[in-house]
Amino acid sequence: MSENGEGGGRTRGHMGPIIITPSTTFFSLLILHLTQNPYNFLLFLVMEGGLVLLGGGANGGGSGGSSGFSTNESAMSEASSYLAETELELGLGLSIGGPTGKINKASGRILTAKDFPVPRRASMNGGTPPSVTVSGTKRAADQSVPHDGGSPTATSQVVGWPPIRSYRMNSLVNNNQAKAPRAEEEHKGINEEEEEEEDKAIKDGSKQKKPNENLGHIGFIKVNMDGIRIGRKVDLNAHSSYHSLASALENMFVRSAGAEKQQLTMPSKLLDGSSEFVLTYEDKEGDWMLVGDVPWMMFLTSVRRLRIMKTSELRDSTKGTELKEVN
Amino acid sequence: MQKKTAYSFPDEILEHVFSFIHSGKDRNAASVVCKSWYEIERWCRRKIFVGNCYAVSPTMVIRRFPDIRSIELKGKPHFADFNLVPDGWGGYVLPWISEMAGAYPWLEEIRLKRMVVTDESLELVAKSFTNLQVLVLFSCEGFSTDGLAAIAASCKNLRELDLRDSEVDDLSGHWLNHFPDTYTSLVSLNISCLGSDDVSFSALERLVGRCPNLRRLLLNREVPLDKIANLLSRAPQLIEFGTGTYAAELRSDVYSNLAEAFCNCKELKCLSGFWDAVPAYLPVIYSVCSRLTSLNLSYAPIQNPDLTKLVSQCPSLQRMLVLDYIEDSGLEVLASSCKDLQELRVFPSDPFGEEPNVSLTEKGLVAVSSGCPKLQSVLYFCRQMSNAALVTIAQNCPNFTRFRLCLLDPKIADYRTLQPLDVGFGAIVEHCKDLRRLSLSGLLTDRVFEYIGMHAKKLEMLSVAFAGESDLALHHVLSGCESLRKLEIMNCPFGDKALLANAAKLETMRSLWMSSCSVSLGACKMLGQKMPRLNIEVMDEKGPPDSRAESDPVDKLYIYRSVAGPRFDMPPFVWTMDEDFASELS
Repeated sequence: MSENGEGGGRTRGHMGPIIITPSTTFFSLLILHLTQNPYNFLLFLVMEGGLVLLGGGANGGGSGGSSGFSTNESAMSEASSYLAETELELGLGLSIGGPTGKINKASGRILTAKDFPVPRRASMNGGTPPSVTVSGTKRAADQSVPHDGGSPTATSQVVGWPPIRSYRMNSLVNNNQAKAPRAEEEHKGINEEEEEEEDKAIKDGSKQKKPNENLGHIGFIKVNMDGIRIGRKVDLNAHSSYHSLASALENMFVRSAGAEKQQLTMPSKLLDGSSEFVLTYEDKEGDWMLVGDVPWMMFLTSVRRLRIMKTSELRDSTKGTELKEVN
Repeated sequence: MQKKTAYSFPDEILEHVFSFIHSGKDRNAASVVCKSWYEIERWCRRKIFVGNCYAVSPTMVIRRFPDIRSIELKGKPHFADFNLVPDGWGGYVLPWISEMAGAYPWLEEIRLKRMVVTDESLELVAKSFTNLQVLVLFSCEGFSTDGLAAIAASCKNLRELDLRDSEVDDLSGHWLNHFPDTYTSLVSLNISCLGSDDVSFSALERLVGRCPNLRRLLLNREVPLDKIANLLSRAPQLIEFGTGTYAAELRSDVYSNLAEAFCNCKELKCLSGFWDAVPAYLPVIYSVCSRLTSLNLSYAPIQNPDLTKLVSQCPSLQRMLVLDYIEDSGLEVLASSCKDLQELRVFPSDPFGEEPNVSLTEKGLVAVSSGCPKLQSVLYFCRQMSNAALVTIAQNCPNFTRFRLCLLDPKIADYRTLQPLDVGFGAIVEHCKDLRRLSLSGLLTDRVFEYIGMHAKKLEMLSVAFAGESDLALHHVLSGCESLRKLEIMNCPFGDKALLANAAKLETMRSLWMSSCSVSLGACKMLGQKMPRLNIEVMDEKGPPDSRAESDPVDKLYIYRSVAGPRFDMPPFVWTMDEDFASELS
């Protein structure tokens, strides 16, 4: 069971010296067995003319590199036709074009730095997006750091940075919250002014006045829904309003519900009390509150986890007396 | 039906020889010598490691290895630890358990990392593997204490139950009661991740009391300090212990009980836990300090001078985990006291604060590198770094195997010269020839990748964020790093060209992760068409790829080699790029 057209580049008929090293991986050996070929250790393919995407079968001006990157669209079509005629083949890096046999029409060559045009250096200020120097991917580049609010010091705004596990982050939260009760009070004062602005959807939810708010890491919190055994997690960072959170929850639980589907009404009515379910949250004091009561930013600082509760249960339980009615 | 030659050994002899080969890699090597060795080896392989649960199917594993006793599986990509992989991505263990239930009734050890484990899976484990001895759920999720109860009730031979860093839905604290009274085989128990209602303390005490072989016990945060003495007195044979919360009002009876309990643990070598630790109770462990080889204070908000004083009493330390409260001064004390130190991890106490709250800089790490000749593994979070410091560190520690530096501001330059940190990291890869794992941060251009490609020949795992300027950087790594197995990249301007030019390299690696980069959808499709042994998974929560242009960059890309083909359990926001996908759209 060979791969796509075993052309040249492989010795057939004799195994040759087999190099067994402790570093050989399970996977490659699995393949090895299947193909009975010890030389199937793949490095990479390079075709004459440089990169697959650059300048097709160009005259090789400047060792195959063109003067700049072509745009992606034209490069794709070039590449497709290029690939069609030369067959992207997985070959050796060791003896390309050598005595092991013909490797198609083109002889291969190891790519060197010369094949990549060196981009012009932009000034390395802190505020410069990292990919501004590469033309042709500029549009892509602007989107490549969607979370970056522009300032590189705003680490709390980037998902996944700093690379600290959520387990450890939660522990830090507890430590810091224990130490900074005063910071919270100041924050509440600010939030009252911000109440009107809450509805203006902020795309990345990054409008934070207090740097020490521990908001950036809140990330994923648990959501449980009555009647569904295992909870899910929702990324609070990804939402800037109650509305967006509620519809995300709807997607999450309606999609994955399966048998429970019939019971679910539109949870986007979660917030207005008209559906069979109501959205509640546990705050950091351990109390269960109705979601939607407080300004969004304040909610973010105090929410510990969410629960989509059956409205009937809400009415029946004594907890109902603690929850405020929302309008 | 083995061809007999003058040189062939009987199978039994070969099998006996193979029984001395334990490493999976060596076994793999032996299995390709010839067909008969392959056959013999596969029948006597007992332990298997699958680094990516989607690289191979359970059917294939079972077909090749009919009698496995120990399996280790890993699921989600590493960046899932940092919330980069949305919920529901995959990594379900149930298909594996279901198939192994029939095929491996004698399975003894199950180790899972970053997988979704449901209660149903755990119940199936409990029912199917009566000889289960080891269950490790590292960073797993999706199960509750009900599943644990099933394990406790059925697995009479269980020696090791380790839930480290897993997310467990807490339904009842009484799962521990499901260990029958006759059960006494526990050797290792790690429940440090469990929440408030998950552990009945009296059940725990009884369990600890009746298991004389218990060597490792890591409690969860909710176990109060005044209960620990009792627990320790029932298990003085412990080698490794993790406390619960280490804070309480200072009371002389509690204090003296604790001190005595620790003193009686003559074999204690590893300590951890220490949540919310208060300095008042630190001295109770002084009697143990001189023997300690591993100390994890990374959840303890203790500061200097208490912290430094504690550290100075631990001359045998080999492994130290701590918060940056230790500061440069504390690290200097560590460097002068702990000459056997092999691993150091310093975590930030306030990662999002704009101003530094402690005086921890590159100087601390330089001091440790200079004072601890056996230092091999470093994970260091700090706010400033210089090329000069990195060069010094590299020269001091040519034996590094793991070096992970995380500058909290991801694009910060050398604070003294304002240059990128290329030269510094270049020195690391140049001097540390055995480096297997590297994480970069700070302001970095394409040059650092040139150095990495040139020197880091043993590098197996590379983590990159906010670095580089062009595809050249990615090309250097893919073409130069011969041993590369795992590459994970976030927020870098790397795009199509390097990826396509090095497509074949991807089949020699376990996986590649790229998020918030510049890889276009078109390139992903091309890779998917041309590389049938790679799974090209595009992840985007905003909508299906066919709703956007080919040149649009994909949000997240996860590429991994697989002999099992594309997977079928993908959530709605993950698409596999393969021939079918392309032809659907055209």
